[in-house]
Amino acid sequence: MIKLNVNGRVHDVDAPADTPLLWVLREWLGMTGSKYGCGAGVCGACSVHIDGDVLRSCSVALGDVGAGKVVTIEGLSPDGLSHPVQKAWLAHEVPQCGYCQSGQIMAAAALLKAVPKPTDDDITAAMQNICRCGTYQRIKAAIHDAAKGGAA
Amino acid sequence: MNQINGLGRRGFLGTVAAVAGGMSLGWNVPAAQAQAANSAATAAGGVEVGIWAVVMPDDRVIVRIARSEMGQGTLTGLAQLVADEMDADWSKVQAEYIAPEVNQANKRAWGDMSTGGSRGIRASVEYVRKGGAAAKAMLTQAAATQWGVPVGECSASESVITHKPSGRTLRYGQVAAAAAKLPVPDNVAVKQPSEWKIVGKGVKRLDTVEKLSGKLIYAVDLQLPEMLNASIAQCPVFGGKIGSFDAAKVMGMPGVRHVLRVGDDTVAVVADKWWQAQTALKALPIVWDEGPNANVNSASIAKHLESGLDAKEAFVGLKQGDAEAGLKGAAKVVEAVYGTPFLNHATLEPMTCTAKWDGTNIEVWVSSQNGDASLAAAAEAAGVQLANVKVNKHHLGGGFGRRGQQDYVRQAVLIAKQVPGRPVKMIWSREEDMQHGFYRPITMAKMKAGLDAQGNLVALHARLSGQSILAHLFPSRLAGGADPVQFQGWNKEEFGYQAIPNILIDHAMRNTHVPVGFWRGVNHNQNAVYLECFLDEVALAAGKDPLDFRLGLLGQMPKLRAVLQAAADKAEYRKPLPAGVFRGICANYGFGSYTAAVAEVSVSKQGEVKVHRIVAATDCGYAVNPDQIAAQVEGSFVYGLSALFTSENTVEKGRIVEGNFDTYEVMKLDQMPKVETVVVPSGGFWGGVGEPTIAVAAPAVLNAIHAATGKRIRTLPLKHHDLSHA
Repeated sequence: MIKLNVNGRVHDVDAPADTPLLWVLREWLGMTGSKYGCGAGVCGACSVHIDGDVLRSCSVALGDVGAGKVVTIEGLSPDGLSHPVQKAWLAHEVPQCGYCQSGQIMAAAALLKAVPKPTDDDITAAMQNICRCGTYQRIKAAIHDAAKGGAA
Repeated sequence: MNQINGLGRRGFLGTVAAVAGGMSLGWNVPAAQAQAANSAATAAGGVEVGIWAVVMPDDRVIVRIARSEMGQGTLTGLAQLVADEMDADWSKVQAEYIAPEVNQANKRAWGDMSTGGSRGIRASVEYVRKGGAAAKAMLTQAAATQWGVPVGECSASESVITHKPSGRTLRYGQVAAAAAKLPVPDNVAVKQPSEWKIVGKGVKRLDTVEKLSGKLIYAVDLQLPEMLNASIAQCPVFGGKIGSFDAAKVMGMPGVRHVLRVGDDTVAVVADKWWQAQTALKALPIVWDEGPNANVNSASIAKHLESGLDAKEAFVGLKQGDAEAGLKGAAKVVEAVYGTPFLNHATLEPMTCTAKWDGTNIEVWVSSQNGDASLAAAAEAAGVQLANVKVNKHHLGGGFGRRGQQDYVRQAVLIAKQVPGRPVKMIWSREEDMQHGFYRPITMAKMKAGLDAQGNLVALHARLSGQSILAHLFPSRLAGGADPVQFQGWNKEEFGYQAIPNILIDHAMRNTHVPVGFWRGVNHNQNAVYLECFLDEVALAAGKDPLDFRLGLLGQMPKLRAVLQAAADKAEYRKPLPAGVFRGICANYGFGSYTAAVAEVSVSKQGEVKVHRIVAATDCGYAVNPDQIAAQVEGSFVYGLSALFTSENTVEKGRIVEGNFDTYEVMKLDQMPKVETVVVPSGGFWGGVGEPTIAVAAPAVLNAIHAATGKRIRTLPLKHHDLSHA
């Protein structure tokens, strides 16, 4: 059993230490908000926070998380809507198919925590997640809006 | 509408409960939960008023949706159309899928479920609006009957019926039960566009909230009691088969339950968890019988296509005047050869399907662009009648044409049949998805134009050579051997430049063993690159401005001319740009809509391209939701410019080389240009939205790159070209 802190709750996980965190979340803990897109740390659909840093959970082994505090899209806000990024996403109608948006939102939330008033360059540097529907223009606008405290 | 009027209520009693269950739990209700919710939902008293809307006692209106939602906004647009005709209170409107087997059992009362070709709204508008109007008529009649007044004295607005002389009111939820007992009226009039209140407005999508919290259950997220998981490997060479595999090597690995043959070309590992299945699959020794295609590679395919460029035999797509004579007599001839590669759809949710076989019935859970086809595929693979199939539709994590094919549904069913009694969720790895697609077909084009002494374009010959989608997917739909899809944008109906006196457009079919399919925008994409870039070459050879040159040739398609002008106006085409920034333009007519784009681009001396701004104009006739149209246009530039800059699939030893997004590169946020959408709905027709704009993305940027560098790029993607310039 490996102890894993997710969204403030400690779980005992009966999985090998080399199991990717993504699949631990999805299959051992039943939390499917973090998505499988590439399994290679390229697309970002599986992005979660570990101790405040955004990481690609498909490329983090369970055994390497240790005492790290994992926050997933399910734990970003109590109601799934009230984080400033979620509010801005709703106001700007960002999602199309929505599949990448858990990861996009987690990446944007981490950016705003580190850089509360990001420039365009900050945003393009931080937001490296793939969206095949092409919602990037709205993602950028929504991040600026969330930084201003707008869209509430 | 036969589809509505031919039906009584009897067939729908069972669905009412399911609808209400769907409401309380969201759309993607696993069957087990829906069953559990049925009693509570029935007690809640939602009733069908006609077949397109269910009215709840609290006045919520649940609009039935037959098409699939994959991000394109069709679900919201269709709900707008029904709700507007109903005069429903939009703030209380929700939507839910009608199940394919319910559609089938009711003579497909809800029409075609296929969601492709940008038809989701435009092919549904007639019957869904009549469905909404019928529901309103029934609700109003029920109120009039309750009051004992003539129905002509009653009016409806915002889900409230008013008896005008007395001022009495009843809400939809109060009369729904009585309305549901009335016959569905035969002849209902739909509103004039001037009467629309919800259609034409950029109302918010109905399906956003669950996409922000991770709560939306895509097919890949499904969890069912007793569920097992499967990962598969297909023969890497298309057309090859399983030789042998050594199941014993992995049967002892954690969680592994079965190693199965799936058809003659696929091996599946079934385990408690998908990650265990995938880990074991990677360790499983498999010997493939690669078959006759193991030596095919991109170079041999290129040679095959090149042989078509001057071949004598070709299918004619459009002929007017005598192009050969026109070219012979021309003062100047311009000639160029273009080419585009195979492209995977690369939906971010990989192919996935869950299936459960109970010995008699097959049930599947799937993200599909065609619920009807999923039903049929599951029945065929399971060897049962349609009546023994249940299909649970989930929102798609991207479609783009890929999920119209049902290969993954068949596989899931073939797996489930070998594991009776337990649901099995099959998920393809990204690599499997990348290397087993239905690729955008590889084509080339030899373009020839003849100019007279005054620089008028007097003859055009476009010779396509390349792979046919229909020959691969639907050979029965070939017309005398020809594939009309190849001529998208270039046929009599769609080709805008028919003012050119002599035209020949033909296609030398050159098929390969690589599976091809409908990739968002389909052959419009390749054809628009060939034609719209070549027209730029011809305009420059004629010493004319590319915009003026096109405007002069578009007299026979005034709506395309107008949309091109609208884009040019918005982009202030006649005004100079800042130093170092250059424009490119193009136009296209496809999927029933007129589109045009102006790109503003700079290219550094080192060859780095920056797209500063795109102005894109669309005339889709009637605009159901302008904000969602803008979203589709913005996204179209991401899809179209990914194909321009970086994406391609290549072939080596008969298999696709690229396995993941590290080698199949797609656009990210840092490359996203500012896209300004100009919606110019001229009315009178319903055009598509999801696809048409993609065609104009690449040519506009390519033409701007030429303006910036003097380099004419004729083969994609751009990453293979050196754009550095003096």
